[in-house]
Amino acid sequence: MIEIKSLTKIYEDGESAGVTAVNDISFTVEEGRFYTLLGPSGCGKTTTLRCIAGLEKANGGEIIVNGKKVFSAKDGTFVPAYRRPIGMVFQSYAIWPHMTVFENVAFPLRVGKERFNSADVKKKVGTALAQVELDSYQDRMATQLSGGQQQRLALARALVREPQVLLLDEPLSNLDAKLRERMRFELRELQRRLRITTLYVTHDQIEALSMSNVIAVMNSGVIIQEGPPREIYLQPKSQFVANFIGSTNQLTGQITKIESGDTAQVRTDDGEIACSALEGLKVGSKVVVVVRPESVNLHHQKPANHANLLEGKIGAAMFLGEYVDCTVELGKNILQTHQRYTLQVRRGDPVWVELPAAECMALPVEQ
Amino acid sequence: MATATVARPGRVSFSLDPALLIPLVGAGVLVYLAVLPLLMLLVGSFQAEVAPREFIYTLKNYQAAYASEYTYSTFMNSLIFASGAAILSFSLGTVLAWLTERTNTPLRRIFVPLAVVPLILPGVLESIAWIFLLSPKFGYVNVWLMNLLGLESPPFNVFSLPGMIWVHAVGQVPLAFLLMVAAFKSMDPSLEESAMMSGANTLQTFRRVTLKLLLPTAGSVLLILFVRTLESFEAPALIGIPARIYVYTSEIYLAFNDYPPDYGRGGALAVGLLLLSAVGVWLYTRATKEGKKFQTVTGEAFRPRQFELGALRWVGFGFLTSYFLFVVLLPFLVLFWASFLPFFATPSWDAVSKLSLDNYRYLHGFRPFWDAMQNSIILATLTATVAMMLTSLVAWIVYKSRLPGAWILDFLAFVPITIPGIVMGMSLILLYVAFPIPIYGTIWVLLIAYVTRYIPYGMRSASGSIMQIHSELEEAASASGASWWETFKRVTLPLLRPGLVAGWIYIFIVSFREFSTSVLLATGDSRVLSILLFNMFEQGQVTVVAAIGILMIATLLTIVAIFYKFTGRVGIQS
Repeated sequence: MIEIKSLTKIYEDGESAGVTAVNDISFTVEEGRFYTLLGPSGCGKTTTLRCIAGLEKANGGEIIVNGKKVFSAKDGTFVPAYRRPIGMVFQSYAIWPHMTVFENVAFPLRVGKERFNSADVKKKVGTALAQVELDSYQDRMATQLSGGQQQRLALARALVREPQVLLLDEPLSNLDAKLRERMRFELRELQRRLRITTLYVTHDQIEALSMSNVIAVMNSGVIIQEGPPREIYLQPKSQFVANFIGSTNQLTGQITKIESGDTAQVRTDDGEIACSALEGLKVGSKVVVVVRPESVNLHHQKPANHANLLEGKIGAAMFLGEYVDCTVELGKNILQTHQRYTLQVRRGDPVWVELPAAECMALPVEQ
Repeated sequence: MATATVARPGRVSFSLDPALLIPLVGAGVLVYLAVLPLLMLLVGSFQAEVAPREFIYTLKNYQAAYASEYTYSTFMNSLIFASGAAILSFSLGTVLAWLTERTNTPLRRIFVPLAVVPLILPGVLESIAWIFLLSPKFGYVNVWLMNLLGLESPPFNVFSLPGMIWVHAVGQVPLAFLLMVAAFKSMDPSLEESAMMSGANTLQTFRRVTLKLLLPTAGSVLLILFVRTLESFEAPALIGIPARIYVYTSEIYLAFNDYPPDYGRGGALAVGLLLLSAVGVWLYTRATKEGKKFQTVTGEAFRPRQFELGALRWVGFGFLTSYFLFVVLLPFLVLFWASFLPFFATPSWDAVSKLSLDNYRYLHGFRPFWDAMQNSIILATLTATVAMMLTSLVAWIVYKSRLPGAWILDFLAFVPITIPGIVMGMSLILLYVAFPIPIYGTIWVLLIAYVTRYIPYGMRSASGSIMQIHSELEEAASASGASWWETFKRVTLPLLRPGLVAGWIYIFIVSFREFSTSVLLATGDSRVLSILLFNMFEQGQVTVVAAIGILMIATLLTIVAIFYKFTGRVGIQS
């Protein structure tokens, strides 16, 4: 388990006042869970990870790993990186080029506080390499491995000490698309099998959505929204999250009516839309209505018994294999929609756009 | 049928494709510059006498060179001098690089340019300045320390092997520093971090990862420093010869200065030195290739891991400050001070009253000084320009033309790096004494020598920038309708410029301060500043020499500044 309390990290620049990379963030990674910090580059996610690893010394807050305080600004606790019960995989893999595959994995067993005899080292390295299916490469020089193999080697090295916590810093970003997809799956399977508490850092929303138990979306050093992948995707609580995860249509408007529960009526340039609204919005609030392209339904004729219908005409339709990417021109806005490949339309065809109220979210406008 | 095919004229002709002509001309020029002198050297070293041009071959030159009573002492002196200076400059350079790159030493950033400053101090002046400071008779440091501590005898004697090692090493620290900075910079910090995450403490990380990763680079840097020291002649000439400590370069010089000159023995010695240096360079290239294997390539810009030195960082700061004050600044100051003295005297109130501009006034009307100044400026400018033009052409052929055999050009352009300056001088003497081209004794032979020697440096800058220019950039220009010339002018040249400018400045500086080649080739009218300094120092006009040195440094800085201003921004290139 990892507990982060009010963590703050400021990079002193020498000349300027310093850059606040992480600004008073708190979160908890439950035992055996896969927790992801997701955000654009420079959002502070890697800095957070490095503070937990002990590679950076934070300026404020507290870090508790498995019940043991490893950092606290208040009482000055700072357990050095090499004494923390943590395994880590780096973005560049950081495979030592002057060692063989075996030596790379054996290294943590030979330098740590706990020493092992050579038979144990051999056995543990064998097990770790078998976990990542590299056991037949033991005597190769590490640099002779392919990118994907180096990545797995880095994982074996991080796991060989049987750490209580695993930190992964964009481990898949240097792999090609196909391999990345497979490694996503393998990594998650391995984590499930070992039940190791894992903190994962990435800027890739697909990785975050597909692997995590919990995602924290970060921006400018703070956590914007935390929740399970489904919630992050379907119920973004801010424009930033909606924009950052997946593609989104945004219609600006003003709330005209708040109804029972969390539904509201929003007047946009292209008509009234009923949608779910974030708590705290009032009649008259300026909002953006966000709706995912795949939520939008198109009809050739005006369907009966449907609310939230807007009139428009087809802009461009692109066949992408899995779906048709079809834009619809409303009066003022252009909607991006994903339709089944069976859709037969031409540019300029009039259509009726149905926006399911449950999948439309009204969010406060951000600057 | 057979006759019909054979009879077709022009099918098998010698009309050369112009695309092939350029590389051939390039190869011809390189062979003429780099290979021919070496051949002449080899031939000359086996000849009984060079001057009468009777080709009697003999081994007596080699006997005289390598089986004399001095053979052993020369070998040992050279070995101790070269390894001592290599180790010392490597240690200083590495500590400087480490403190400025990888620690939190206060103000470390401003020491980076300061550490490179000695590059503008020519080797001859470096030696002279340290003689001013450490001479057992009048050296300032000795006099001060004797007064301060009440010593009976001077604590330092620059006229010794340790003295030579110190003087040469100090001049070579910037090179060691730049190479080690590059080594520290190219190391992925996550390699060390992952060791820490594996449970290795700071010491274990340093021993098992940092050190092991730096080892191949450190080895190759030591090797190049060793070879450079072996080839150098400044300290051996100004300190070694008066102290009767002879190394290979001084033996060659002395054989040449015998009466009559013993070209044969000099040639034989030069062949030996050439072989030593060639082996060194060969090992160096192998070691760097080995080192490249260790470089992990990632697209990320590294934020190098900085060692928190704690209170020790003030020790680091003290080291940097004292290095800068005593090793970098002091030689400049002592030259500056001496240049205003009528005769050499220790700084005192008495001496202050004697300060005057007399030396500079004297130089104003001193013809040989102006001749030498003119020669040096013309030579350095021409050398830098010709070398950069030649090497850009060669680099373009090697990296862009995809002609078969282009690697031969690359190899030929690399050969001169193995030729020690004094060996180059010796070879050109043998070449132009034997060949009926009347350039011996003029500055043109110096130009040939300089250009040849600095082709490898030019190649490094030129090929570096040419390789950066992806051919698609040029193709995009021609696809936009630009002609070959417009493409070259608007795309290729602007992209090449920073690299070429950096190469030009570097070659200008090294040509301007060149000594070991010129010492054999520059005579009478073709004397350059470094040789004038050497001659006048031998004659004992030490304070005038100091004034020449100051003017030389000022000229160098001015020209570099002007060139820099007119050609735009350039980064420091190692």
